[in-house]
Amino acid sequence: MSATLTAAPPRKPVGLLRRMRRYPLPSFGALMLIALVATALAAPWITTHDPFEMNVVDRLQPPNEEYWFGTDAYGRDLFSRTLHGGRVSLAIGIAVAVASTLIGLLIGVVAGYFRLADAILMRVMDGLMAIPGILLAIALMSLTRASVGVVIVAITIPEIPRVVRLVRAVVLTVREQVYIEAATAIGTRFPRLMLKHILPNTLAPLTVQATYIAASAVLVESYLSFLGVGTPPEVPSWGNIIAEGRLYVQIAFWNILFPSVFLALMVLSINILGDGLRDMLDPRLARRL
Amino acid sequence: MWSYVTRRILATIPVLGVVAIVVFLLLRLSPGDPAAIIAGDNASLEDIAMIREQLGLDRPLLQQFILWAMQLLGGDLGNSIYLSRPVLGLIVERVEPTVALALTTMVFAMLLAIPMGVLAAWRAGSWVDQTIMALSVLAFSVPVFLIGYGLVIGLSLELEWLPVQGFVSFAEDPMRFASHLVLPTITLGLVYMALLARITRATMLETLNEDFIRTARAKGLAEPRVLLLHALKSAAVPIVTTIGTGLALLIGGVVVTESVFAIPGIGRLTIEAVLQRDYPIIQGVILVIATVYVLVNLAIDLAYPLLDPRIRF
Repeated sequence: MSATLTAAPPRKPVGLLRRMRRYPLPSFGALMLIALVATALAAPWITTHDPFEMNVVDRLQPPNEEYWFGTDAYGRDLFSRTLHGGRVSLAIGIAVAVASTLIGLLIGVVAGYFRLADAILMRVMDGLMAIPGILLAIALMSLTRASVGVVIVAITIPEIPRVVRLVRAVVLTVREQVYIEAATAIGTRFPRLMLKHILPNTLAPLTVQATYIAASAVLVESYLSFLGVGTPPEVPSWGNIIAEGRLYVQIAFWNILFPSVFLALMVLSINILGDGLRDMLDPRLARRL
Repeated sequence: MWSYVTRRILATIPVLGVVAIVVFLLLRLSPGDPAAIIAGDNASLEDIAMIREQLGLDRPLLQQFILWAMQLLGGDLGNSIYLSRPVLGLIVERVEPTVALALTTMVFAMLLAIPMGVLAAWRAGSWVDQTIMALSVLAFSVPVFLIGYGLVIGLSLELEWLPVQGFVSFAEDPMRFASHLVLPTITLGLVYMALLARITRATMLETLNEDFIRTARAKGLAEPRVLLLHALKSAAVPIVTTIGTGLALLIGGVVVTESVFAIPGIGRLTIEAVLQRDYPIIQGVILVIATVYVLVNLAIDLAYPLLDPRIRF
């Protein structure tokens, strides 16, 4: 949350650098996120070891020249595992944000436009929101054999109701506008009305919401893995590395330190970016979200 | 007024009904044979058939649901598969640590967050505001285990000020009960504080722009009085509402925090149940927690007129 609530951003086009000076915190978040995404994407080329290679002689080594972040209980290189973990978190964060936004958008539009469906759909959403997200995800994870795909589904479902509420609220406001009445009066058909006149209004709040969902999904994935009910243990996700490292926290704290710090930085940078987007796209949103 | 109260109370029924349906369908709609999933990889066909019969999975879906719902209404959450004991009893046994942690966290977070939010809104745009907001976005992003293990390593292992983990019942020893709750409360409280500080600041910013605040200042009231008695009081409703809806986030955090500090509460019960595929426990926990969530939020809604006399039903 930046302090620019009072001043609306200038409408004239400005250069990237000036814009970045105007929003120092969001720009910092964006740069940090770019750096983290870059290291995650480049992980196979910039890591120093195979993240799966066990080297029992070198187990639980503190950080040193050979192993920059030290090694875990199997002598695996934590630097390589941490960077690879970023790929898992990133993939899950993006997948959950996209999936929950699209499904939420669809349900939200239907709820906002069709009275009968609205009553039923919103009761279902209220019911889902009464179940804490992590708890619902844990319950969903217990239903079938764990995989990255199942984790994505389990984190997506609890996120959907909030998107639905947001989209429905926008649709309900917009459909009362005079220009919608005008468009209907000149015979605009429903699909065109939706695509051209109603959906564009959801774009700004949805982008902001999707950013927050991505941050939350990265965090929830690590929590699920940490609890032992998330990504399969052989996948080097941050939550899994931390879950294994917790057994050695007294003698080898770096096992949880490095993945936790990367995790915190990624969630932090996405959240800062979300706050910045919110202030930039629509200062009024700052009050609603 | 009473018609509103009645309607609001009745409105919780469909929500709880949906929760019950979701919980019921959870197991039935899972891919694969639920009885086989519960029985595990090494189960014989007889084991699977026995579990199927025990859970009533061999009957038509609607009949299963009606039977199950009748049981629920009678306060029967079913029996644990592994422990062969009533789920309700298992939950009650584990409830003390969870409720204790949730309450201390809430109090801790409110004591920090509300002054922070008020201060940030009062000096909006200043370095104080920016620092508070930066801290809150940071606290909201840092995973519970980083704070938790950081505190454990610093305060328990190095300085030996506080117990590393575990839980002691209040009835057994109030002092040790308190000392075991300190670190979990700080760990979880920081996350919850971030949420509350942000909403306090946002609501206070809006309130401070209102005419009655200008009037209060114009007639020469001291600033603390304006802030706390006039502005904060009028901002109470959104803040308390967020405390209620934030309960879902808090309970999610409790599950993880219990795991970090080895606290034998509801969260640990759930995780143990998931690892053993003991579905009746998972279902029971979700039902109980969702009911608490719905009832707390109902109570908050009904308390609006007490918080803000401008609101009348």
